[in-house]
Amino acid sequence: MKPLEFEKPLDDLYTKIDELKQLSQESNIDLSTDITAIEKRAEKMKEDIYSSLTPAQIIQIARHPNRPNTLSLAQLLCEEFTELKGDRCFRDDPSIVGGVGKLGPHRVMIIGHQKGADTKEKIKRNFGMPHPEGYRKGLRLMKMADKFDMPIITFIDTPGAYPGKEAEERGQAEAIARNLKEMIGINVPILTVVIGEGGSGGALGIAVANRILMLEYAVYSVISPEGCASILFRDASRAEYAAEKLKMTANDIVELGIADKILKEPLGGAHNEWGAIATSIKNALLEELDDLLKLSKEEIKNQRYNKFRSFGKFKEPKPA
Amino acid sequence: MSILDWFNKNKLKKTDQASRLDIPGDLWMKCPSCNDTLYLKDLEQNKKVCHCNYHFRISPEERIAMHFDNGSFEEIEPQIEAIDFLKFKDTQSYEIRLKKAKEKTKHADAILIGTAKLNHLPVNIGVMDFSFMGGSMGSVVGEKITRIIENAIDNKFPLIIFTSSGGARMQEGIMSLMQMAKTSAALQKLADVHVPYISVLCDPTTGGTSASFAMLGDINIAEPGALISFAGPRVIEQTIRQKLPKGFQRSEFLLEKGMLDMVVKRQNMKDTLSSLVKTLNPHYERVAK
Ligand SMILES: [Zn+2]
Repeated sequence: MKPLEFEKPLDDLYTKIDELKQLSQESNIDLSTDITAIEKRAEKMKEDIYSSLTPAQIIQIARHPNRPNTLSLAQLLCEEFTELKGDRCFRDDPSIVGGVGKLGPHRVMIIGHQKGADTKEKIKRNFGMPHPEGYRKGLRLMKMADKFDMPIITFIDTPGAYPGKEAEERGQAEAIARNLKEMIGINVPILTVVIGEGGSGGALGIAVANRILMLEYAVYSVISPEGCASILFRDASRAEYAAEKLKMTANDIVELGIADKILKEPLGGAHNEWGAIATSIKNALLEELDDLLKLSKEEIKNQRYNKFRSFGKFKEPKPA
Repeated sequence: MSILDWFNKNKLKKTDQASRLDIPGDLWMKCPSCNDTLYLKDLEQNKKVCHCNYHFRISPEERIAMHFDNGSFEEIEPQIEAIDFLKFKDTQSYEIRLKKAKEKTKHADAILIGTAKLNHLPVNIGVMDFSFMGGSMGSVVGEKITRIIENAIDNKFPLIIFTSSGGARMQEGIMSLMQMAKTSAALQKLADVHVPYISVLCDPTTGGTSASFAMLGDINIAEPGALISFAGPRVIEQTIRQKLPKGFQRSEFLLEKGMLDMVVKRQNMKDTLSSLVKTLNPHYERVAK
């Protein structure tokens, strides 16, 4: 696995440790004290790196090719997960996947973006950038979940909706808009977990939820920092600065009152260890469902509506 | 994304103005579509539509005057103002951009909302202002749209929104994205009380605005030749590395693709709208009684 750029010093240390181990074995010299010392240094370095990540570095983690993804999480979280496909209008969009399964005691519908792991799969899944069909499939599955009284869980991980010719011809804007409107009317709880990249309208299109959770190194933004830099600065190299200004890390999104909770990742990021993060996602979801399922259908809808109704920061003189 | 187009258009506008100023007296305007030089007074009389059918961009005041009964507009919530809560700074701070936009347009933000009469029929209206930071939607635009929707839920008069917007306002980060969900959510409530919503898409309507309330009309109408898209043409051309065909993402194209009910010339807009609201709104009779 290729290390992220800022992890290179750490990776160099690990390489050194491996070399020393090999040397010790080949030459029968006891180097264990040195090795332990360097291992300690590596651990310390890892802690230091991960405790002072910049937004741009966090984005690199959020985009890591080994991040946990929707289909893997569905398998890890659920018993009897069965994938369902197609929008019943045009085609099956592999950038958004979905299916049914059992999460603990609950029958649930899982929907999420899927970027793809290797090159071939990435191309098939269009790097997780959906066409309108993806949103329409998502809505079809949400309505089915509503019909069969199954809570909905959505996993967000997309650079954004696909800016392509066919996507426009088939109504990308309409497809996203419709989801935003109709998700408000769904009677079952909707939980969203931003697991990687929350890219703009392409993310929001399946994220109108009662609760929004974010993995520690996930991001959520109105535009990619690269896009923002090239538009506002006319200079793509300002992306790092834009990443700071846009306030897109999990901490920022919680601070702004949009996300409800951060799920801590193992040291070094969730891409190193899916098991632990899957467990913590599962526990968090079960906890939220316990809360929400105490509410009536009307209360579930109202809670979701009021959450989104409250978003916005502006000034207004108090009425006299 | 499609704010790109706003910047492109801003560049264009500069040349527009330059060609306009070439001619003494500032009484003439050049049509960017057919290149004819037009006498400003004639153009105004023709609702700012060229003989070649090019629809010039117009201010909210002009639009309200053209499409609603004389003096019937009553503004709601003019006092809500944007704040620079992210302390956002690109080449300029958001605070300064806001100040300049307010001075230029004399408006608090990129939309006016209120009630008006349409051939004597009461309606709720929202009219976006592209000249205010590209008509971008931040918290104020989102809040005002939501409030005019709530006004319609309350008074049961139809809602008509004229859009002209490059999309979400980047300077408000994630909060601007959330306005898409907020406005769309309110429209779901409007649908619950069976009050009609007519969306009139004007040049340009792109990005987060098209992917929320603009595309959600019971009736979607567009002015001729308007750019209507999710991703702007430049972004698409960069992505697919191809030139887009002429007319791609224009009103007539969207009509053909099934995204609009009709494309209506500015001259016919008022009568079309009044006929539609009269036919659609189930509440007028009850209110009249
Ligand atoms: Zn002309």
